[in-house]
Amino acid sequence: MTDPMVPSLYRVARFSRETHDTFTIVLRPQKAEKSFTFAPGQFNMLYMFGAGEVPVSISGNPLDKKTITHTIRAVGNVTQLMRQLKTGDRVGLRGPFGSRWPISEASGKDAVIVAGGIGLAPLRPVVYQFFARRKRYRRVTLLYGTRTPEDILYKRELKRWRAELDMDVHVTVDRATGSWRGNVDVVPALIPRAAFEAGRTVAMVCGPEVMMHFTVRALKERGLGNEDIYVSMERNMKCAVGFCGHCQYGPYFICKDGPVFRFDRVERIFRIAEI
Amino acid sequence: MYILERDALGRLWDVLKRQGFTIIGPTLDQQAIVYSEIDSADDLPAGWTDEQKAGTYRLKRRQDQACFGYASGPVSWKKFLFLPSLKLWHGRRKGKDIQIEKGKKEKPKLAFVGVRSCDLHAIGIQDKVFLKGQFVDSHYQCRREDVVVVAVNCTEPGGTCFCVSLQTGPKVTAGFDLSLTEIIDKKHHYFLVETGSPKGEKFLEALPHREAQETEKDEGKKLMEDARRKMGRTFDMANIKELLYQNAEHPRWDEVAQRCLSCANCTLVCPTCFCSNVEDVTDLTGEYVERWRRWDSCFNPEFSYIHGGQVRHTTKGRYRQWMTHKLASWIDQFGSSGCVGCGRCITWCPVGIDITEEVKCIRGSPPAAEEGPFKKENDR
Repeated sequence: MTDPMVPSLYRVARFSRETHDTFTIVLRPQKAEKSFTFAPGQFNMLYMFGAGEVPVSISGNPLDKKTITHTIRAVGNVTQLMRQLKTGDRVGLRGPFGSRWPISEASGKDAVIVAGGIGLAPLRPVVYQFFARRKRYRRVTLLYGTRTPEDILYKRELKRWRAELDMDVHVTVDRATGSWRGNVDVVPALIPRAAFEAGRTVAMVCGPEVMMHFTVRALKERGLGNEDIYVSMERNMKCAVGFCGHCQYGPYFICKDGPVFRFDRVERIFRIAEI
Repeated sequence: MYILERDALGRLWDVLKRQGFTIIGPTLDQQAIVYSEIDSADDLPAGWTDEQKAGTYRLKRRQDQACFGYASGPVSWKKFLFLPSLKLWHGRRKGKDIQIEKGKKEKPKLAFVGVRSCDLHAIGIQDKVFLKGQFVDSHYQCRREDVVVVAVNCTEPGGTCFCVSLQTGPKVTAGFDLSLTEIIDKKHHYFLVETGSPKGEKFLEALPHREAQETEKDEGKKLMEDARRKMGRTFDMANIKELLYQNAEHPRWDEVAQRCLSCANCTLVCPTCFCSNVEDVTDLTGEYVERWRRWDSCFNPEFSYIHGGQVRHTTKGRYRQWMTHKLASWIDQFGSSGCVGCGRCITWCPVGIDITEEVKCIRGSPPAAEEGPFKKENDR
């Protein structure tokens, strides 16, 4: 068995800039025969030689077994360095780790995907899954909020999803700039008019905790129960395998019990400060 | 039950050494009784004991020459199984290429002599963390697999001990190869020996021993009963999980945060705390790197850091995290309390914060208003 604490080496196959502070890297295993499988919602530990390791959600297509894609915001030492990666550079990778979004649970139901900022990245694999088997699901809605229009991720894809996927896509920004003519509001404000039917809906939410809090509240006002809502949580991570204690979240380790939780499992602790 | 004479205790070292074991046991070092590699029974702290109170540890001379007449010191056995620092792997950059090699797994043959019941439970708890989950810590596994445990039943509990309240002592019940109860009467210094495994039986066979007489067995029983009565502290564990979950917001957390220095002593002396950090160390060229795992503590500010800041940015948040995890969420995660009642966190807290007292105060809420911020809790 391979040691889960030792990274495997990957090569950057493609680097693309998304916004002023986010970028997407597509990685290919150094050993070409290796295939990569993951479930939407899972994450990897990515390693920059000599600099350190960071947890990053997988943002690519789960049906693609040859490459593995991450969308990263440059916020710390390691991610700043990653922004300078070029095709052919090496990156260490561990995982995938953690729990998955409720794809099978959404079968035959309406699905609402609610994302804030970079929170769209871990939800993109869900959209790809829906894309691959669109008939399995009823109405699919994506509600996405960012600070400004410049922060919107995957712009071209959003348009394509709307056109080709028979998916309701609503984007909102906190602050309009330039020629923005769309919604100016917080994401939860989009929920009252979203098309889904209480009792036959699964909601998947990822974003800052405060955004998730108001989103969950708005979803509940539309009749969804705790069991219909899934959230993705974030804490400091070092080992990703449940040994190091850093991602403790109430009675859970986010690395193995999460990051995706059905809301009834975390409701008790969700609004406690410093938990 | 069998009898091993005090004079023959040294033979245990011979037997273990002959089979290639490195023997770890109690010895005097830096004015404390610590667990360390010891060469012979002569290195045991015979004739010494300790005095322990909240925030206090002092060595004292005993009236007799007892080898195990003291309670837990600052070191616990986790130091030998879950190493304080461990190289996980090293890597080298050659041009664009990177090569990564695993750190060597050490498989020492360790014999622990003098393990108390509380610490034996603590080892069992860390086993759950590192061996019984979805992933296995192979470094821990390698070190743990062949450990021989020669336990000692506690006859001299310390002032901060409360294993009886947690049902983790003072007598060992499982997980040992041999257990010793040290008995000293007017003319006779001997050990009552029990075997806990086939391996233990073999060791005993190699030692000079005889069947214990009823009077000797009774003497052992009496000592254990005395020990149960001599516990320095008691701890009401009833509904502890619900109690702490329901009191995540309680004024007592603010009060304890006034005293707590967030120094991490409690987590380092705790025999079950298992948090660790990783650190990358490079050479000057930047072409060679080692990744080390080191003990960490939830009291360190950067422990909970995520982009933009710390999740637990106050001492209140950190103390609550530590205690709630230890006593409550541990039960959800690992099926038992993370506390074994060894009292180390009380003794080694520089300001004498007492976990049993903190729980008592939350249980008896609202807390008494007259307690000043730096007032020490009552010591017995």
